[in-house]
Amino acid sequence: MEIFTEYLKAFLVGGFICAIGQVLIDLTKLTPARILVSYVIAGTVLGALGWYQPIIDFAGAGATVPLAGFGSMLAKGMREAIDKDGLLGIFTGGFTACAAGVTAAIVFGLAVALIFKRTDRTRQE
Amino acid sequence: MDISKKEYEQTAKKYAGSSKMYITIPMAFLIGGLICCIGEFFLNMYQQLAGLDFDQASAYTSITLVFLSALFTGFGWYGRIAKHGGAGTLVPITGFANAVVSPALEFKTEGYVLGTGAKMFVIAGPVIVYGIAAAFIYGIIYYIYGFFS
Repeated sequence: MEIFTEYLKAFLVGGFICAIGQVLIDLTKLTPARILVSYVIAGTVLGALGWYQPIIDFAGAGATVPLAGFGSMLAKGMREAIDKDGLLGIFTGGFTACAAGVTAAIVFGLAVALIFKRTDRTRQE
Repeated sequence: MDISKKEYEQTAKKYAGSSKMYITIPMAFLIGGLICCIGEFFLNMYQQLAGLDFDQASAYTSITLVFLSALFTGFGWYGRIAKHGGAGTLVPITGFANAVVSPALEFKTEGYVLGTGAKMFVIAGPVIVYGIAAAFIYGIIYYIYGFFS
């Protein structure tokens, strides 16, 4: 039962965060790039204010998987880097925090481009 | 500029799908929620089976989801899900990964350097630029604040 509530929380919070994005797309015609940029900045600001961590504590992956979680991670990484390295941390914190996700996207993206043929059907329409 | 504008419109169309809001919003909720549940599954696995702490498990979860999204994009499945999922497939980290992998694959025809290498960042580039900039500003504030507390 406990595991069920955990997944339910991840589903509801994650779904809600995504639904906000859909409302923005439908009402404002914001492009995907702008939506993603907005989410990352919003996540960074919420993370900086310490308001995102409670959502992560509550929903787990429901909060970390949406791109706002990526933003909150940037803020957290920045804090940790400055605590450790002082001034230099301002220049290293951001990239250190997002290194895993960005490296994964670059490397797997490159691998897919090398191995696969263009098959993303929706793009061809 | 023309190419990137066209690129944006194409991607916008892909994620916008049907325009009826009583369909698009619940679908985004459903698909986005499900992707987060897949994330929750890996997050649990990495914590319980591999004994990692939350932050490490969370990083591995991101890597796993990015990998799966890259694979799905390669097979052309992600676009098909995105047609129905809209923001539900865009907002999770899998959407970020798709935004990197999809143009990397599509612009292969323009070469590996200026095609794949450059177009990879059509959407991810702005995300990284403004994410890092926002974190940088916060860093300055946090650093200065450190002197007074």
